[in-house]
Amino acid sequence: MDMSSINLTLKIWRQANSDALGGLETYNLDGIHTDMSFLEMLDVLNEKLTKEGKDPVAFDHDCREGICGMCGAVVNGVAHGPEKETTLCQLHMRHFKSGDTLVIEPFRSRAFPVRKDLLVDRSALDRIIQAGGYVSVNTGGAPDANGLPIASQQAELAMDAAACIGCGACVASCPNGAAMLFTSAKISQLALLPQGQVERKQRALAMVAQMDVEGFGNCTNARECEAVCPKGISIRNIARLNREYLKAVLSEG
Amino acid sequence: MELNSRVPSGPLDKKWSNHRFANKLVNPANRRKYSVIVVGTGLAGASASATLAEQGYQVKTFCIQDSPRRAHSIAAQGGINAAKNYQNDGDSIHRLFYDTIKGGDFRAREANVYRLAEISNQIIDQCVAQGVPFAREYGGTLANRSFGGAQVSRTFYARGQTGQQLLLGAYGALSRQIRSGRVQMFARREMMDVVVVDGRARGITVRNIMTGEIESHAADAVILATGGYGNVYFLSTNAMASNVTAAWRAHKRGAGFANPSFVQIHPTCIPVHGDYQSKLTLMSESLRNDGRVWVPKNKDDKRRPADIPESDRDYYLENKYPSFGNLVPRDVASRNAKEQCDQGKGVGTTGLAVYLDFADAIKRDGRETIWKKYGNLFQMYEKITASDPMAEPMMIYPAVHYTMGGLWVDYDLMTTIPGLFAIGECNFSDHGANRLGASALMQGLADGYFIIATSVAHYLGTSKFEKVSEHEGSFIDSRRWVEDRIARILRNSVGGTAGKCTVDEIHKELGRLMWDNCGMARNRQGLEAALAELPRIRETFWNRVYLPGSNKEINQSLERAGRVADFLEFADVMIRDALAREESCGCHLREESQTEENEAKRDDANYSHVSVWEHRGEGEEPLMHKEPLVFEFVTPTQRSYK
Repeated sequence: MDMSSINLTLKIWRQANSDALGGLETYNLDGIHTDMSFLEMLDVLNEKLTKEGKDPVAFDHDCREGICGMCGAVVNGVAHGPEKETTLCQLHMRHFKSGDTLVIEPFRSRAFPVRKDLLVDRSALDRIIQAGGYVSVNTGGAPDANGLPIASQQAELAMDAAACIGCGACVASCPNGAAMLFTSAKISQLALLPQGQVERKQRALAMVAQMDVEGFGNCTNARECEAVCPKGISIRNIARLNREYLKAVLSEG
Repeated sequence: MELNSRVPSGPLDKKWSNHRFANKLVNPANRRKYSVIVVGTGLAGASASATLAEQGYQVKTFCIQDSPRRAHSIAAQGGINAAKNYQNDGDSIHRLFYDTIKGGDFRAREANVYRLAEISNQIIDQCVAQGVPFAREYGGTLANRSFGGAQVSRTFYARGQTGQQLLLGAYGALSRQIRSGRVQMFARREMMDVVVVDGRARGITVRNIMTGEIESHAADAVILATGGYGNVYFLSTNAMASNVTAAWRAHKRGAGFANPSFVQIHPTCIPVHGDYQSKLTLMSESLRNDGRVWVPKNKDDKRRPADIPESDRDYYLENKYPSFGNLVPRDVASRNAKEQCDQGKGVGTTGLAVYLDFADAIKRDGRETIWKKYGNLFQMYEKITASDPMAEPMMIYPAVHYTMGGLWVDYDLMTTIPGLFAIGECNFSDHGANRLGASALMQGLADGYFIIATSVAHYLGTSKFEKVSEHEGSFIDSRRWVEDRIARILRNSVGGTAGKCTVDEIHKELGRLMWDNCGMARNRQGLEAALAELPRIRETFWNRVYLPGSNKEINQSLERAGRVADFLEFADVMIRDALAREESCGCHLREESQTEENEAKRDDANYSHVSVWEHRGEGEEPLMHKEPLVFEFVTPTQRSYK
């Protein structure tokens, strides 16, 4: 591993709470090891601020291995930063140069109110799942798992969609503030599998309706979501969502 | 402290069904009159919440993250075991039971482990019914792979994201119940205390992380599904928010803590590379199916791995354990890696790493096959280390991963506080002194989907409940105690930062002390020294820690400080437990107790028991009780993987 270090200028969005006015503050940070992750770089900044008696930067994070979906910020205009298919916690400082200025902002969207600094409220995504992002089976009494053969290719396609970590980067980077990639990932997973067929139409209608209630916009094929998705979820899923929704609307009459 | 395991009598394979029949039930129409609190939304908590709500109970569920979908179960990579025997390779419920109890070095309860193996098959059925996209064969049947400590292929998986897919299945079931109104979900709440009324758990005190408000919640039963305490070491594979607080507060309210020193050190993690590091990243054990572990034969061989010829390599696991080879259980693999590095054969800049090499597998199966199996793990490794495992061997080293110890529970998963249950990693129940790979997911879901509802029904059906109010008595006392403690933590922050230290500095100091003395190898001298050193670190924390901000807002430093304060108390009982167990077993290697071949040497005559610790008040030494382990159906043997 390369043990070199770099010096950075950080411009970070600071906002005390949802009601307060926010703004960018500038910090100089020297001696950042290039093997550090982006969040470890923020840890170093926060230790420094704490020692100076200042308020550290609030940001959401948990697993720090790219799977829980809790972390995320916009770095120089790109959700999760410049590396493709990478969450913020898995972005390493070796991708930056000494002297770089990094502008770090929260995932902004009408449906994601900022709570403090880089920390936003993404509970709207939970409510979209609650509207129907599941197969309605109770615990117990399921038939033998091998009684339901599923073509390997179909299972793989479903898995491609199921890989969504619910981080909200797609929403933050969409010019319309749409949650279509997120919603379509779950709708696709279940539409592709036999287990999802019974509730297929109802699911598409309910989840899309909830998306609208939460104040998310609609898809205009800008493809920004796909470009920043840390799990590489394709907008083909959005096309599938549109088909599922149309079929449901037309057949429900 | 009375330890009645309530293990049902009868033959091993009839115990669980006999028990379900003997347990009391609650009439479906009456269930809505009972309320149950579930803390945590990992595999155990989410599945328990969903199942209890489906059955008609009123459930209040709490999680620390912004969404129940983010609990750390999500990070489990490799798979989940089940005794389906789909591969026709000789598996059975009895074999899964035997492998698990042997893997745990005969330090778990037979009846619990058998039940786990029995339920394992239902879990797979349930998850498939939910639409979990497990890997499939071309004919459409489920695919399996093998894992450490087993000679059959019984592990079900969804790429390297099995935990994620199982958790999203349980989260879906939970979401459905939230929508139906039977589960009330409270996210961004941290549990601070258990409220005990007339000797029974009747509620919890939580801190609202967004506002700092201290809230009370009452119920008829409380279920903790709050995970493990690996972060006592600061560096571990756990998520940053994983902590011991909920379990520790329960312990201080009267719940016995079992085998706290049993900590699994996972053999295949990315090595430590700097003191700024915040966590260690695990690389799935499934990699050992195809990767070969080796070190240079000669000390201080500084050649690049590709330049070291076969004759100068030591494939030490294959050589030492020919029948299991690279698939020995985790404790054995970890200990051997440490041994090689202690002998100076470690690789990498720190010398604290061994190679995990895929070159032979790529030669045998082709690049495409290996990439299909492990591509996402390789990508993850490359992101962190900037090195490509398809081109040069991975470097790995053991790291703290899972805690087999936890709250003591009886066969019904109830702690020594009536009405307080513990499920998943936060109890001690099934893995003895070492957990086999792909068994954590199995246990979390067995507890949550298939066991806890029976236990809760029995408890509710055999108890009478007075109404309790969140506005009086024990609830007020608990809130006041929590508020006082937070005020005490914040006390030093008045008057600036001069002479103060940060929470992380103290956590790192505690972590080093625990890793050096209560980690992969332990001895009396080191443990006693660590025990003597702890009070000093604790004092530094209480007298010098500086925290910016107040209690009335989002304050992530304060959250961490509360957890570290509890780790500092908990570390004491961990070390005492390691000291008291003067045998080696599973993960717990006491250097004084080894065979001639440096394998862990058990002492069944003196230590065939669960050690259960009782809290006796602040400043008092905790008291150890023993639950004897009786083996009626298997004969404990010295484990051999040769």
